[in-house]
Amino acid sequence: MNLRGMMAIYKFEMARTGRTLLQSIVSPVISTSLYFVVFGSAIGTRITEIGGVPYGAFIVPGLIMLTLLTQSISNASFGIFFPKFTGTIYEILSAPVSHVEVVLGFVGAAATKSVILGLIILATAGLFVPLQVAHPLWMLLFLVLTAMTFSLFGFIIGIWADNFEQLQLVPLLVVTPLAFLGGSFYSIDMLPDVWQKVTLFNPVLYLISGFRWSFYEIADVGVGVSLGMISVFLGICIAIVWWMLRTGYRIKS
Amino acid sequence: MMPDATEPLITIDGLSKTYASGFEALKDVSLEIEAREILALLGPNGAGKTTLISIICGLVNPSAGTVTVDGDDIIRDYRRTRARIGLVPQELTTEAFETVWHTVSFSRGLFGKPADPAHIERVLKDLSLWDKKDNKIITLSGGMKRRVMIAKALSHEPEILFLDEPTAGVDVELRKDMWATVRGLRDAGVTVILTTHYIEEAEEIADRVGVINKGELIVVEEKTELMRKLGQKRLRLELLEPLGSVPDALAGHDLELTDGGACLVYTYDAQAGRTGITALLGELSAAGIRFKDLETSKSSLEEIFVSLVKEGA
Ligand SMILES: Nc1ncnc2c1ncn2[C@@H]1O[C@H](COP(=O)(O)OP(=O)(O)O)[C@@H](O)[C@H]1O
Ligand SMILES: [Mg+2]
Repeated sequence: MNLRGMMAIYKFEMARTGRTLLQSIVSPVISTSLYFVVFGSAIGTRITEIGGVPYGAFIVPGLIMLTLLTQSISNASFGIFFPKFTGTIYEILSAPVSHVEVVLGFVGAAATKSVILGLIILATAGLFVPLQVAHPLWMLLFLVLTAMTFSLFGFIIGIWADNFEQLQLVPLLVVTPLAFLGGSFYSIDMLPDVWQKVTLFNPVLYLISGFRWSFYEIADVGVGVSLGMISVFLGICIAIVWWMLRTGYRIKS
Repeated sequence: MMPDATEPLITIDGLSKTYASGFEALKDVSLEIEAREILALLGPNGAGKTTLISIICGLVNPSAGTVTVDGDDIIRDYRRTRARIGLVPQELTTEAFETVWHTVSFSRGLFGKPADPAHIERVLKDLSLWDKKDNKIITLSGGMKRRVMIAKALSHEPEILFLDEPTAGVDVELRKDMWATVRGLRDAGVTVILTTHYIEEAEEIADRVGVINKGELIVVEEKTELMRKLGQKRLRLELLEPLGSVPDALAGHDLELTDGGACLVYTYDAQAGRTGITALLGELSAAGIRFKDLETSKSSLEEIFVSLVKEGA
């Protein structure tokens, strides 16, 4: 294994965050704080609690997931799209690194950033509302698995995208709506019956539900189901990435 | 068995590439590259030079054929072959906001080599980039960016270096610097394969020249051999009195009048045992044609190339 090669990619990607610290860390923290002000304070005066958890605290796991999804995708997709776009990917293609090493380098860095960001947001949230984490290890597991899965998904988008518009398209049109509709800000039993059923098709619901369970032991679906669903998504993403790199899809003619 | 001194370092066998568009960029190319030589791949734009290099370096999948480096297959044993190869692609593509030092150190790590600041320092000094080591790449001139790319390719101490059009769009002064760099590398034991569409460049620095046209390798030859084999020589006689036409008595020779009849040019095969010069001069004097000066010249690679490509067409 070319561990040095993999670490070179990983460190390079981590260093890129250092240069764009403002976009990478500060802006998600600010937008999360804004959500707290708007949802937590404004709506929280109407909805005082859900399932025995104060509304402000209830939305914390959903908010973290929201950021985790969007940041994982944008970090990973940009990380691989940019060298493809500028042509510097030639060096990675010509280097003695395997596909697995390339993916671990890029996706590992994107996931690491997301997890750090998630923890920063968690800490920020602690400034606004009283927090309690019932199962810290489960919480970390969900955090890491989700970050990895969606970083892989971002990697796929980055390889697939031909231009910056396409790069923004999927996160904007698919992921953000799914995240909002996946129960970030409410419990699905607050929805009419039909919508509850529809929501069960939303993969993000399972992430948020499981993650929230690790905080407050309340969930829309069983925690085992959540874990299973994340594993399925992870498996699908791995399979797609494997196929892409094996065939050289859009990076190797 | 005696070790074969001429065992090729790189063996390209029956390599073909058809792009997804259906375009056949390489057609059954076979070529052996010796260790420690400078091989120039010469061909017009679109000939398939970049495609050939890209396959060897892992950027493009071959459609058919194999390439081995010291017996290692470039696909099956890619880790071993790629570790030995450095690539400087045709396009200037570098990270804009990285410093020279970081980007070159990154390349070394990517190729799996332990950090060696002393080596990076040497490479940067050799390429006159040392005083720019902390500059962001975006602030460098085109010539310097090209050298940064060479430094990246040399960062992992490759035995084989591919330079794709290293001097395209580079002015004369820098071109000479580049040639000196390439010779220095060869003298240090690096095998250099470069592509060019400048014949003077191949003529200037190559040990061997491969001519590619329309995806086919037309000829590979020692440069001097190529010139000798295919090169014709010319004898140019500056006449004392201009002639209106070549006298009938001399019609048996390959003669041409130029400069409005003031010069007589005799073309002959320099390789032939008899060049016919003595006979020609005797006949000239018998015909009473006198000359005040004479010179001979070899045909350049340019002329050789034009005639080869014409034959191939
Ligand atoms: N990805 C590609 N898809 C289709 N055709 C290509 C591709 N890359 C190169 N070609 C074509 O293959 C031919 C050879 O290109 P190239 O190897 O770059 O030539 P050279 O380097 O000798 O100028 C050209 O006609 C070019 O248009
Ligand atoms: Mg080219």
